[in-house]
Amino acid sequence: MVIQGGPVIFNTLHLSDSWKLSSYESAGGYSALKKILAEKTPAETIIAEVKTSALRGRGGAGFPTGLKWSFMPRQFPGDKYVVCNSDEGEPGTFKDRDIMRYNPHALIEGMIIAGYTLGAKAGYNYIHGEIFDIYEGMERAVEEARAAGYLGDNILGSGFSFNLYNHHGYGAYICGEETALLESIEGKKGQPRFKPPFPASFGLYGKPTTINNTETFASIPYIMREGGQKFLELGKPNNGGTKLFSVSGHVEKPGNYEVSLGTPFSELLQMAGGIKGGRKLKAVIPGGSSAPVLPGEIMMDCTMDFDSIAKAGSMLGSGAVIVMDESVCMVRALERLSYFYFEESCGQCTPCREGTGWMYRVVHRIEHGQGRPEDLELLDSVAANIAGRTICALGDAAAMPVQGMLKHYRHEFEHHIEHKKCMV
Amino acid sequence: MLSSESLALIDKEVAKYPAEQRQSAVMSALRIAQVEKGWLSNEVMDFIAHYLGMQPIAVYEVATFYNMYNTQPVGKHKLCVCTNLPCKLMGADAIAEKLKKKLGVEFGETTEDKQFTLVEGECMGACGDAPLLLVNNHRMESFLNEEKVEALLDELKGK
Amino acid sequence: MALNIEIDGQQTEVEPGTTVMDAAHKLGIYIPHFCYHKKLSIAANCRMCLVQVEKAPKPLPACATPVSDGMKVMTRSDYAIQAQKGVMEFLLINHPLDCPICDQGGECQLQDLAVGYGSSSSRYAEPKRVVVEKNLGPLVSTEMTRCIHCTRCVRFGQEIAGIMEMGQAFRGEHAEIMPFIDKTIDSELSGNIIDLCPVGALTSKPFRYAARSWELSRRKGVSPHDSLGSNLQIQVKSGRVMRVLPLEIEDINECWLSDRDRFSYEGLNSEDRLTQPMVKENGQWVVADWQTALNLVASRLREIQVKDGAEQLGALASPMQTVEELYLLQKLMRELGSGNVDHRLRQSDFRLDSQAHGAFWLGMNVADLNKLDRFLVVGSVLRKDHPLLALRLRQAVRHGAGMNLINPVVEDYLCKVANKAIVSPDGIVNALAGLVRALAEAKGESVPAMAGNAEVTPELKAIADSMAGGENKGIFIGNLAQHHPRFAEMAALAQEAARLCGAKLGVLGDSGNGVGAVAAGAIPSRSAMGAQGITGMNVGEMLAAPRKAMVLLGTEPEYDCHDPLAALAAVQQAEFVVALSPYKHGALDYADVLLPVSPFTETSGTFINAEGRVQSFNGAVKPLGETRPAWKVLRVMGNLLNLPGFDQDSSEAVRDEVLGADAQAGVCKLLNNKTEPVQVTLAGMDKLERIGEVPIYQMDAIVRRAPSLQRTADAAPPVARASGMLLEKLGFGEGGMAVIRQGQGSVVIRIDRDDCLPANCVRIPGAHDVTQSLGALFGELTVERA
Ligand SMILES: Cc1cc2nc3c(=O)[nH]c(=O)nc-3n(C[C@H](O)[C@H](O)[C@H](O)COP(=O)(O)O)c2cc1C
Ligand code: SF4
Ligand code: FES
Repeated sequence: MVIQGGPVIFNTLHLSDSWKLSSYESAGGYSALKKILAEKTPAETIIAEVKTSALRGRGGAGFPTGLKWSFMPRQFPGDKYVVCNSDEGEPGTFKDRDIMRYNPHALIEGMIIAGYTLGAKAGYNYIHGEIFDIYEGMERAVEEARAAGYLGDNILGSGFSFNLYNHHGYGAYICGEETALLESIEGKKGQPRFKPPFPASFGLYGKPTTINNTETFASIPYIMREGGQKFLELGKPNNGGTKLFSVSGHVEKPGNYEVSLGTPFSELLQMAGGIKGGRKLKAVIPGGSSAPVLPGEIMMDCTMDFDSIAKAGSMLGSGAVIVMDESVCMVRALERLSYFYFEESCGQCTPCREGTGWMYRVVHRIEHGQGRPEDLELLDSVAANIAGRTICALGDAAAMPVQGMLKHYRHEFEHHIEHKKCMV
Repeated sequence: MLSSESLALIDKEVAKYPAEQRQSAVMSALRIAQVEKGWLSNEVMDFIAHYLGMQPIAVYEVATFYNMYNTQPVGKHKLCVCTNLPCKLMGADAIAEKLKKKLGVEFGETTEDKQFTLVEGECMGACGDAPLLLVNNHRMESFLNEEKVEALLDELKGK
Repeated sequence: MALNIEIDGQQTEVEPGTTVMDAAHKLGIYIPHFCYHKKLSIAANCRMCLVQVEKAPKPLPACATPVSDGMKVMTRSDYAIQAQKGVMEFLLINHPLDCPICDQGGECQLQDLAVGYGSSSSRYAEPKRVVVEKNLGPLVSTEMTRCIHCTRCVRFGQEIAGIMEMGQAFRGEHAEIMPFIDKTIDSELSGNIIDLCPVGALTSKPFRYAARSWELSRRKGVSPHDSLGSNLQIQVKSGRVMRVLPLEIEDINECWLSDRDRFSYEGLNSEDRLTQPMVKENGQWVVADWQTALNLVASRLREIQVKDGAEQLGALASPMQTVEELYLLQKLMRELGSGNVDHRLRQSDFRLDSQAHGAFWLGMNVADLNKLDRFLVVGSVLRKDHPLLALRLRQAVRHGAGMNLINPVVEDYLCKVANKAIVSPDGIVNALAGLVRALAEAKGESVPAMAGNAEVTPELKAIADSMAGGENKGIFIGNLAQHHPRFAEMAALAQEAARLCGAKLGVLGDSGNGVGAVAAGAIPSRSAMGAQGITGMNVGEMLAAPRKAMVLLGTEPEYDCHDPLAALAAVQQAEFVVALSPYKHGALDYADVLLPVSPFTETSGTFINAEGRVQSFNGAVKPLGETRPAWKVLRVMGNLLNLPGFDQDSSEAVRDEVLGADAQAGVCKLLNNKTEPVQVTLAGMDKLERIGEVPIYQMDAIVRRAPSLQRTADAAPPVARASGMLLEKLGFGEGGMAVIRQGQGSVVIRIDRDDCLPANCVRIPGAHDVTQSLGALFGELTVERA
């Protein structure tokens, strides 16, 4: 589906050195910020525009961004922060990396506008540790923006001051969880906080804080430049705008694709060159590894938006589409995913610390031909004892793949247990 | 303990945070120290604790929580291969096997000549470029195949 | 606006901000929990307290869920129980279940709850996690495989002890609770993590395998080691104190104990215990029966009294003796005609004896310390001398109080210090005068004569500014100041400063029963309860002009006195010395009779703490061997000497005789910090001064004999310390071996660098073998290379 008027996020991609400030400015970049600062646009107006756009958080939960911004106690005297979550560590997700690589200024402008709207004087961009070259690139981009007067004191003579800093992670998936991320910026280990209180009232250094995903912030300049209504119309009601989908796995052309929300999955698959080697589609994890797996047939009937995927029993999540062809053994796939959650559990709360290892060991056993008849029931029960009982959603993220696999591919597990070997 | 260049880099990081929040720079400080020293000895962690006004155990908590810090000595080149599902679908296991065979070590081990340490990694947020690995945390090698692995090892051995 | 909540069908109203856990507690409903602790921040990590909340999509942790109006909570519904059981199963899968060999057995929250929530057989068929042991030092023993990661111990360090010594390293299933590699836990409050640990991961090292909890009987006690008077649960088996735990009393020690109070009991079971009366015959010690020994004492005292006059009798008592004992001692002395009795063994300035109006005390209730918003501490090694008072002051600082110091030493206070003036011990006088002047000038009052033209340094100005603000304020005189030869001047100036800024004046108090000793009349200037009585010599005078006969009650002069050299000389010169003591000690050299008397656990008695609280207790165990409570010994001695008024038949009778109605009221009325001012002189500061504190585990005879405490970092043999500037000047570079001379004394000791010290001071702790040969705690020094 062609995006009317060109892409929202990758709007500089056709330019050489797309990451440069000059490229971004030539594509209309920073015009929204300039206008807001010149006209002293009231914060309520900006929030209303974001609400109109029906922009939903791109970090995984799909929470309406305008609504989130309205929770911020803007009048609160003292420091407030905006924080960008660029920690994408969810297996399958690699879109934020490309935003920062190819169009960092969209993110920077988005964060400055957010800072202006939410009354924050500083912002932090938390970048996944393993993509260190991206961190260095972001450092350069921020310098560039500062030199051009978009960051710092009295921006463009408007009296508004805002600083932006990059902070890198160093290998912990859990820091994608927003309160773990805040702890990490504070120089602690990334263990999520119990909520309430929510970051909007008790965030970074205990101050009111708004956290959004990279892609969410990067959508803001477009919305303020072109209007929320136009953004909304790019997608479908309640699912405004375009979305980056990170397509990985068994496709000919893995990569990021920016398409309108509501694009049929089949179209996206086609853009990614179809199934690799012309093999048959078996299953898709539509929203990053935490999302329950869906069989290929179901996926082919879905459109790529929050509501359609939820209806099919999974989640759009961060838009990471992991495609698996008929050669994939689901027990093995689950074993690796379960290992991931076991490895990445922060160790703070009991069900996740103890339960993720238990689940992994049982799946591992089954994969290695030592499964027992009662194991599937045990897995169901352990997953159920984790889900909804933990401090953060990592517990759910660990339980959902297990539950999804057992729902759609129970027979493969049974076969493993019974025949001590794989059926594919 | 640390070179003046490293300290200057740490100071630059410290400046990103409010004055009373020096601790916020601990992740960078550990990273910078590790680049200089290769790994984080107790003395280095203790030094950073003092430098940032933290308790040593608080630094240790951080150093052991995040995967990319080496709290034990590692080889000159630490190779971290992602084996998570998207990479696995693209042949990460074969790459890992190739490396294990070439280097004669398992995951978590260092070659006898202390040149290479091989570790298994989790998702690096670059699944579209799978299979891939990280050299000493900061250099990513993408779209790996057997030839590329050979070439990489040859290159690193020369260094 | 109060909120309505219904829990398990019961209704109540609570304040906004109350958690479901608190509300349930109010209703007397128990919700199982591990990580929750009323004194610690909420972690909500164990998940044991999950409950069902109407309309909530998932079970919620009661400890962290704030009550909202109209909330309906079910803690025992199938849904809630199922969640709780799920958590219990997770907690047990990696737990070793080694209850039969675990010291926590019988008092383990996990064990207790597992009975109710666990299932009989485990569904977990995988190998269990094993965690390597950590060495936390001599006090806390670990079995980290049992740890359930509730992080109470970590939070205790961060929030209560004020220092993060423990952390949770690694992550996920590999997470380990530990100190930094190869570090031990050195906080003076470390033992509390043993109580906090809900399982057997952290247990008492001295108590390890000593007894099972159900074999122990529990007695109430009061700690004699500092002026707080922490309440103790003394645990006893076969007539022996096996363990000491806090007895929770919110207004005094809350639920905490200092390590000194917790582990000193080991000293009660020391090899050093004196268990039979002994008399010296022809230079040889022989065991005697009580009758013989007491007859000998009575006849010798009488003989000297008659021959040389009553003024040749003197008595030195330890301030950790009970009110009853101290009362009978002074009564004995005064009935014999001597007012030479004192308990202020480490004090060296007695000018206030004639200027005071009662017993020096804290100036406020202990619990009010937390509510201060400005305070000044003068001359104190605060954390070591007063571990739990320091904790309360830290809490006040956490809540925003401004902490000010005029002090010769800097400790790591583990909290923000607003302002500090670091001065030599003598310099405290000048500094306080400067403060008085600054306060007066700021108020536009004329500067009191005693502050003369004192210098107002920027630090003192800042302290004055801080103390001028705020509502609840205190100025506290610490042990260093109290022991200093110019204590009277410091007290006079502090009183003036307190008046000027509207602060309360408090004396922290250097001993467990200092207030009680004054009430008992164990001072030369007054008799019991401030009454006029025969006056006599104070301890300083008695040591300067040795008496012919000395009665030592619980005193080890060579450690307990301000000047050990003078003290030893005095007892050696005496014609007759009787030592009433639980221990064989230096008295073996110089005494003539040794009488074994009970330590605080083997007698009933009363202590009065720094806030004036009268705390009576019973003996926890029977006296060891032939040991007798000192009050009984003194009573018999009175009888043998035919003195009137020695016919009390219980310690309670003695107490009531002394304290009268105060005993029933529980508060001593004698408290008064007001003094008539003494002459203040502002001296030049050119001499080299000693800072002589009493180390935390050298305080008294019991802790000096507690082996585990003696193995802690705080008990390391003392070294001298001086600032880099001074070391440079003395030609020491970074430090080295030094010959230090003070008056008649000298010592060869290592001198190390400590840049926190004032430029003209050497810090050399006293009350220790290593420094005994040096003499008084304060004074002028010379330092040379050894
Ligand atoms: C275990 C876990 C991992 C997460 N990882 C990420 C992440 O990598 N990137 C991200 O933007 N959000 C992640 N989230 C979601 C964030 O907590 C948060 O909801 C999001 O950053 C909010 O931004 P948005 O409203 O713009 O989506 C994660 C959540 C959980 C529970
Ligand atoms: S050692 Fe004890 S107190 Fe500390 S976290 Fe473990 S279970 Fe909790
Ligand atoms: S007591 Fe509530 S989660 Fe531990």
